Amino acid sequence: MMTIDAAGIHYKELNRLIREGIANGVKKFFIENVNGQYYIGDGIKGDDVVININGTPGNDLGAFMDGPTLTVNNNAQDNVGNTMNAGKIIINGDAGDVVGYGMRGGRIYIRGNAGYRVGIHMKGYNEQLPVIIIGGKVGSFFAEYMAGGVIVLLRLEDDDSDELDIDYFASGMHGGTIFIRKKIDFSKFSNEAELYEIDDKDAGFLKEYLTDFANSFNISIEEIYKKPFYKIVPSSARPYAHLYTSA
Amino acid sequence: MLKIKNKFNTERDISGCGLCGIINAKKVKTNGSDIKKAISVEHDRGNGLGGGFAVYGNYPDYADIYAFHIMYDNLSAKTDVEEYLRNNFIVEKEEPIPTFKTSKIYDHPYLHRYFIKPKSDRQDKLFHELEDDDFVVNSVMLINQNYDGAYVFSSGKNMGAFKGVGYPEDVADFYRLEEIEGYMWTAHNRFPTNTPGWWGGAHPFTLLDWSIVHNGEISSYGINKRYLEMYKYNLALRTDTEVITYILDLLIRKHKIPVRLALTVLASPFYQKIDKMENDKKKLFTALRQVYGSALLNGPFAIVFGYSGGMVAMNDRIKLRPLVAASNGDFTYVASEEAAIRAVCQSPDMVWSPKAGDPVMVEFDDIKEKASLKGGLLSL
Repeated sequence: MMTIDAAGIHYKELNRLIREGIANGVKKFFIENVNGQYYIGDGIKGDDVVININGTPGNDLGAFMDGPTLTVNNNAQDNVGNTMNAGKIIINGDAGDVVGYGMRGGRIYIRGNAGYRVGIHMKGYNEQLPVIIIGGKVGSFFAEYMAGGVIVLLRLEDDDSDELDIDYFASGMHGGTIFIRKKIDFSKFSNEAELYEIDDKDAGFLKEYLTDFANSFNISIEEIYKKPFYKIVPSSARPYAHLYTSA
Repeated sequence: MLKIKNKFNTERDISGCGLCGIINAKKVKTNGSDIKKAISVEHDRGNGLGGGFAVYGNYPDYADIYAFHIMYDNLSAKTDVEEYLRNNFIVEKEEPIPTFKTSKIYDHPYLHRYFIKPKSDRQDKLFHELEDDDFVVNSVMLINQNYDGAYVFSSGKNMGAFKGVGYPEDVADFYRLEEIEGYMWTAHNRFPTNTPGWWGGAHPFTLLDWSIVHNGEISSYGINKRYLEMYKYNLALRTDTEVITYILDLLIRKHKIPVRLALTVLASPFYQKIDKMENDKKKLFTALRQVYGSALLNGPFAIVFGYSGGMVAMNDRIKLRPLVAASNGDFTYVASEEAAIRAVCQSPDMVWSPKAGDPVMVEFDDIKEKASLKGGLLSL
């Protein structure tokens, strides 16, 4: 176990300490008094490495990360999990804009809200399956150009309106799955993706991940299942094949 | 040698910068150490080629007259500008702007300030009857355009801009901001990528009481510039941020448009949103877009805008630049990064991310009371 007091430390030094610790076999880190340091945990490896962060981590938390688990006990800033490959990021507060940009594996759990452009350009391949679960709300451009993986938008403190108050929802989506707890008329967002009821396979998948999510934040799983789930998937394998050319 | 006049042929300024703002609605003053601490957390958002601050409430002894901050390339420019000032203004006080020689700011222009009011029998009265504010605007434009080696970078009442080439925390030390007190502060850390970092190009950009710090790129600069030139604004600095300051001056001071409405001109709702509005609102927004289409700002931006009535922070319409806000009692904070706010206010009452194009507006309590007495302002 290693405790680092990050007060007044530049991100370069902080990340050097973390990398040195991992190289020396440290499995558990507590980083205290973090405030705004960028790139924490970027590119680090090790499935059994766990890093606890107290304070507000700076942009690009866990970018390119490949295995470890990061837990943030406060809010996070922009670009969490940028191009992340494996591992887990748990955020007890809100996250900023562009969560999981181009993410290609691993999980990001956010207890509160996330900003604009969550999960844009997210992708999956074979066994690589990135998953983002958001407990609160999100901003516009949610899942824009999504190419793979899974995003679950819970809106636990939902206002019960029939609308999602965001624009450009899943525009350009051509792969992956989005789960929401609300039956909406998706045609007003896009003609290339569609809303369906979930099937047994979806339900099984959700149960596994949502149980893990609920346990991470001490939320009751019943609360999450108070509303039925629906999924949004692209209407064909290549929905934009003829956007610029004739059929 | 310093070149204060920007000779570079550049049309715009693409930057990835950092910004902060702190306002106390009850006008309780704080010194410059908090804003310096906040912006220094965003150190890595800039590259040392521009830092600056605006402070309001710092000149209470001269609150009713204009405080000009002028930078000079050489002393002959100073002689010429001072002749112009003496002919047209009553100069109540003038002095060098207090600075502290730090090793971090080694190359700086001559910095001087003047507390002045336009003469009632000044020469231009022969030709037209300008209000004092208009005459001050004309004078700022005239000096910036015609007096080589001189640049007015602050011209408001009971407020001042302090800026230069360097990281903002070093610029703060250079201007001894810890000895200055104000009830509203804004700060900027610059990362110029398309225009050189020069003293006049640092933010904030000010005119009268308006001050702007900006992160982003105004791709509508050409249209905005041509539009403003029709109203005799002279865009001498060739950086995009300048247009925001002048558009707000035009809309709010000249055309008497309420601040909130003026902001919807800068970041107008898309027509698809306007189409869904109720009748009166739809008419209003359609009219604003039609009349002020050339004042619309396109491109990514986050701005913090200070004026005598309060502070506004706002994003472009699709949120292409970061902006976080927090409130704690009578204080409101805005910044590019939450960590900047936490550095000076560890546990705010509330932290939130403003929505795209949706301004965070804080008015001073005394202004609010006056406005509510007037009543009848169009509610949005």
